[in-house]
Amino acid sequence: MIVADRKPLEEILEMIKDANKILLVGCKGCVTVCNVGGTKEVGILASSLKIARKKEGRPLEVDEKTLERQCDPEYVEQIRKSVDQYDAVISMACGVGPQFLSEAYPQQRFLPAVNTTFFGGAVQHGVWSERCAGCGTCVIHFFDGMCPIARCSKSLLHGPCGGSSGGKCEISKEVDCVWDMIVRKKMEQGRLADLATLKPAKDWRTARDGGPRKSVREELVQ
Amino acid sequence: MNDLKSGSNLEKVLKAGHFAFTGECGPPKGANVVHLKEKIAHLKGVVDAVNVTDNQTAVVRMSSWAASTIMLHEGVEPNFQMVCRDRNRLAMMSDILGVYAMGVRNMLCLSGDHQRFGNHPEAKNVYDIDSIQLIALVKKMRDEGKFLNDEVIDVPPRIFIGAAANPFAEPFEFRVHRLALKIAAGADFIQTQCIYNMDRFRAFMKRVVDLGLHEKCYILAGVTPMKSVGMAQYMAKQVPGMDVPDSVIARLKGAGKGKAAEEGIKFAIEQIHEFKEMEGVAGVHFMAIEWEHRVAEIAKQAGVLPRPKVD
Repeated sequence: MIVADRKPLEEILEMIKDANKILLVGCKGCVTVCNVGGTKEVGILASSLKIARKKEGRPLEVDEKTLERQCDPEYVEQIRKSVDQYDAVISMACGVGPQFLSEAYPQQRFLPAVNTTFFGGAVQHGVWSERCAGCGTCVIHFFDGMCPIARCSKSLLHGPCGGSSGGKCEISKEVDCVWDMIVRKKMEQGRLADLATLKPAKDWRTARDGGPRKSVREELVQ
Repeated sequence: MNDLKSGSNLEKVLKAGHFAFTGECGPPKGANVVHLKEKIAHLKGVVDAVNVTDNQTAVVRMSSWAASTIMLHEGVEPNFQMVCRDRNRLAMMSDILGVYAMGVRNMLCLSGDHQRFGNHPEAKNVYDIDSIQLIALVKKMRDEGKFLNDEVIDVPPRIFIGAAANPFAEPFEFRVHRLALKIAAGADFIQTQCIYNMDRFRAFMKRVVDLGLHEKCYILAGVTPMKSVGMAQYMAKQVPGMDVPDSVIARLKGAGKGKAAEEGIKFAIEQIHEFKEMEGVAGVHFMAIEWEHRVAEIAKQAGVLPRPKVD
């Protein structure tokens, strides 16, 4: 899923300093699963904003709404009737949400309440970790299901580098060295020879390096 | 010797069977050419080639190619270092052609320390290709006369291709396999990480010799003299991939106050003597780290002077 973190309250307050009435829009997709932008978090942020503005002596009116998904025009339609009542609309979805909203309602102002961080999953309750870089050409079959593009700090296709120590990456003891994991798994399974071949330079055109991407499935296009 | 790959002094020395001795020089944090030339002068005639580091530890310095050309003007052969952190494949190929055109004949291909270590941790990293792919790229440019995209190069660069090896990083059992990959990719010579754990290095070299890798590539053992107990402790704890045994720290401490540096030099000289006899080791890469002025005396005591002249 897409993982995100809530922006600091001060940053959000700064974005809406001129607004008196806002709509806070959550999303029931990824950001609900990673506990950052679902119905519950929309409620918490709404209360926090109202309390902060009340303290300033400039009360803020906040309406709350959580859509099934903000990355789908069908659900984005659900706020059409009310959207113009507000001075600004804050999206608590990933970076896709405020953009889909903005495209649907060119007359309104949309602001992000979260920093979208990565594609990953929960490794324990409350902790999410990156797994995929969305490079457009998956290579993890060479590495027993582990991705050095996303998880090696240098995206090495021939690791581990000289900075790997105690199973950790040179950048931080908090970061696992994925190449250490790949090599150990290959050794345990007696398949180290898999790593003896040279991989050609990666074609980054399918990644963001090739420009903004689009996926078209002809059979579905009407 | 028409079969030389680059014709560099380092290549000639190694090919003639001499025990090579290379040095290192970090470009200045600025455009201080006077200081750079002073450091270079200390190494003239003392080493076969001098590594010119490329924004080492991810700290911005004068570019390695520019410092390499200054070195050439001073009559010292550079070993131009290039890291994968700062350049994509276009910039790499362009700089390889550029340095060759300026007279550079040796190049060391490295991944590079991650920018989070350095003085611009906010920077975007590149890592378009990795160090092993960089080795293969230089080899392709030299031997096939082609760019990565297979277009023909109008006068290909003849470069003696170097790579690094860290015998002490983990998993230890895999290090020799990664070295083999670098050799398969086209490395002509290897310079290792600074060696302090001699037992582990001996075990590593035994694996290298067992696999016959030393016959496919020249291996230069990395030596950096410890200047103080503090430096040894810092390297042991703070520098990733560095293996400093407690016995080395104890030895420096045991030397007494103000004598740790001399003890560090003594240890380095002992190491060089052992490397001269060690099977598979073709030379020493001596990284003085701002001690360029002391390299000549250490080289003399280690018995590696005068440096051979090979035509």
